[in-house]
Amino acid sequence: MDNYMKLEFDANSSNESFARVSIAAFVVRLDPTLEEISDIKTALSEAVTNAIIHGYENIADGIVWVECRIKDDTVEIKVSDKGRGIENVEKAMEPLYTSHPEMERSGMGFTVMETFMDSVEVNSKLGEGTRVKMVKTIRQK
Amino acid sequence: MQIKYINTSRSLVVSIDGEIDHHSAADYRKAIDDEFLKTKAVNIIFDFSKLNFMDSSGIGLIMGRYKLISPVKGRVILAGVSPQLDRLISISGIYKIADWAKNINEALAKLQESEVVKNG
Repeated sequence: MDNYMKLEFDANSSNESFARVSIAAFVVRLDPTLEEISDIKTALSEAVTNAIIHGYENIADGIVWVECRIKDDTVEIKVSDKGRGIENVEKAMEPLYTSHPEMERSGMGFTVMETFMDSVEVNSKLGEGTRVKMVKTIRQK
Repeated sequence: MQIKYINTSRSLVVSIDGEIDHHSAADYRKAIDDEFLKTKAVNIIFDFSKLNFMDSSGIGLIMGRYKLISPVKGRVILAGVSPQLDRLISISGIYKIADWAKNINEALAKLQESEVVKNG
């Protein structure tokens, strides 16, 4: 059965775990393996963290949206913010690139999303915000 | 989280249960670094056997602790790594700077071996 949900929450890092738990609960009806659930939670965590620390620059004064659509066995997740946007998406997606080395960020966020999901698409506009769309098909039957 | 200092191998054993994300990593970082400075430890063993979740913030945490101990020529050993966590750690390239051990005991044994080699 197709299904849709949308979460809206403050760009506060304590909401990262809330977003993960919510998405896991929403996709569980597809009967994913533990590995698939973990993949989705990890990728989502990266996207939400990016929105909070890069989009809104760690100032808890913004809203993060997480949308999830289930169509047959496919999960589509969109994470959006209305933060500062990414100047160079290609560069931001390079492994080990981080704009915040002083924060001990590994620069692996997008690489993790690309590894654990089937596809990742980033739309960003400077001064307007960023939207990350990730898709994964649950193969376990 | 539990941090234990083992004098014989001058190691901090950091056992993290629960989750490592950007939110929790800051607290872990501070606790480990405080203990590191207090004990004059040389090596850090991460025990991940009770870890429920980790994202790339955990990679940053491990990389940062490696930078902390590399001036004293210490080692970082990752113990109790689940298959899922292993995938995350493998894509990050962290195994180039950190060793792998089945559990804490094996990690301590590895440190002892390298000590014997160094002194022998």
